[in-house]
Amino acid sequence: MQTALRTILPETELAIPANFAPHARVAREERPFQASGLPLSIRGLRKSFGDNEVLRGIDLHIPAGQFVAIVGKSGCGKSTLLRLIAGLEKIDAGSISFGADAQAADIRVMFQEPRLLPWARVLSNVEVGLGRDRASDSAQSRAEKALTEVGLVDKRDQWPSVLSGGQKQRVALARALVSRPRVLAFDEPLGALDALTRISMQRLLERVWRDQGFTAILVTHDVSEAVALADRVLVIEEGRIADDVMVNASRPRVRGSVELAALEGSILSHLLSADDRT
Amino acid sequence: MSLIDSVSLPRNFRLPGIDRLLPWIVPLAIIVLWQVASVAGLVPVRVLPAPSDVALAGWKLLLSGELGRNIWVSFWRASIGFLIGGGIGFAFGLANGLSQLSAKLTDTTLQMVRNVPHLALIPLVILWFGIDESAKLFLVALGVFFPIYLNTLHGIRTVDPQLIEMGRIYGMSDSELFRRVIFPGALPSIFVGIRFALGIMWLTLIVAETIAASSGLGYMAMQAREFMQIDVVVLSILIYALLGKLADSASRVLERATLAWHPGFQKN
Repeated sequence: MQTALRTILPETELAIPANFAPHARVAREERPFQASGLPLSIRGLRKSFGDNEVLRGIDLHIPAGQFVAIVGKSGCGKSTLLRLIAGLEKIDAGSISFGADAQAADIRVMFQEPRLLPWARVLSNVEVGLGRDRASDSAQSRAEKALTEVGLVDKRDQWPSVLSGGQKQRVALARALVSRPRVLAFDEPLGALDALTRISMQRLLERVWRDQGFTAILVTHDVSEAVALADRVLVIEEGRIADDVMVNASRPRVRGSVELAALEGSILSHLLSADDRT
Repeated sequence: MSLIDSVSLPRNFRLPGIDRLLPWIVPLAIIVLWQVASVAGLVPVRVLPAPSDVALAGWKLLLSGELGRNIWVSFWRASIGFLIGGGIGFAFGLANGLSQLSAKLTDTTLQMVRNVPHLALIPLVILWFGIDESAKLFLVALGVFFPIYLNTLHGIRTVDPQLIEMGRIYGMSDSELFRRVIFPGALPSIFVGIRFALGIMWLTLIVAETIAASSGLGYMAMQAREFMQIDVVVLSILIYALLGKLADSASRVLERATLAWHPGFQKN
């Protein structure tokens, strides 16, 4: 089906700009009216835990389909921002709004830990991601397709305990992708992986994002990862957005290119200069 | 190459099934030694009869139907008592693990009752129930209740909260969350409770039957003592050992079947 559509629609695919993914091709099969990512608007967002004010007024607009990376030192509030976007914490003040037609299954999160059910085979772990659709007839074929996208369909009948760390994280990605989310939030998803696995996972993330066109929000402490993947890098300091940098490099990006390295350097110096001030 | 072959040979040369026989070598050796000692006159027959005499007594009781009847009665009491006590313990474990209110209401009370040795209740139980079936069932159920309660509660409380959060994010309803996340997560701990409970089940039953019963294995042993039939007494003790082993094996089989995902149960 996927390849058939690809051959029918080659022009459309070419016509789509590089940072706007040809998602319609994939999404059309199951969700004809929800083809793209959702825009995201945040106004005056505040959040405290006890006396500790973690977010002190965030205003942010993310257009549909954009890949945004959020960087900052640990404890700056970046993970809290992500958890609020994902609806895992209650908002103290302000608002977060997605488009008018957003549903709960449109927004998915991937964590630093894979959080797979150890007592379920890989395939049924992916089926968990279908939410209420997991009882439907097509559940298995959709889960298989998501596993194929992350290159693990041959592991479908394995227990999670036999997989490597990177493979577990790919299963978690398949679980997040299987419902064709329109916003995908990543909370340091590659933080626990070794350097080489990280790079191949970054490529995988970039590829599925380009294929499916969801809005991606990546929280990371790794600035080079942020500039390699994102259209836009937000620097958060002490609960506020301190910097908002567009990354205009073309895709697929060349790791270690001068352009990206310069950008990485300027963001890093920003983060470190905050260190010197305090 | 030849060195590697000769080193790895003993490993491959294992007879099939030898792993299964291995645990039985020690009990069998004890029986053989015991028989030899009895025949040689090292152990007086009035202290400990020879295994062959015990087997003969067992054969006679089997033919008269007495042995089968007593084993069946004890087995029935053990199972029903286990189901009642285990069922209630499991229900309380679930309730107190899932609901703070329930835990606050009942946990303190249960912990107080737990510290009373349940066999100390035998005089009271005899006054309440006489030497009726219900007396034995009550004691077994009470003994089995606590290990299952405590381990179910512990299992549910220690389910990874990150998995529960994951289940909620993916829209699981409460019942689905229980079925797919909480219960499977608590299962290893519940099995620990079951295996403890099985031991307590036999202990309680035999003590209860020895003191107050008119049938069952414990009663059979006490009757034999009255008539100085030491071979039957020893036979009863050996049957306890076998029944205990059987119960433990049954729970292991169940454990293997339901915990196949657990790294501890996976064969390399």
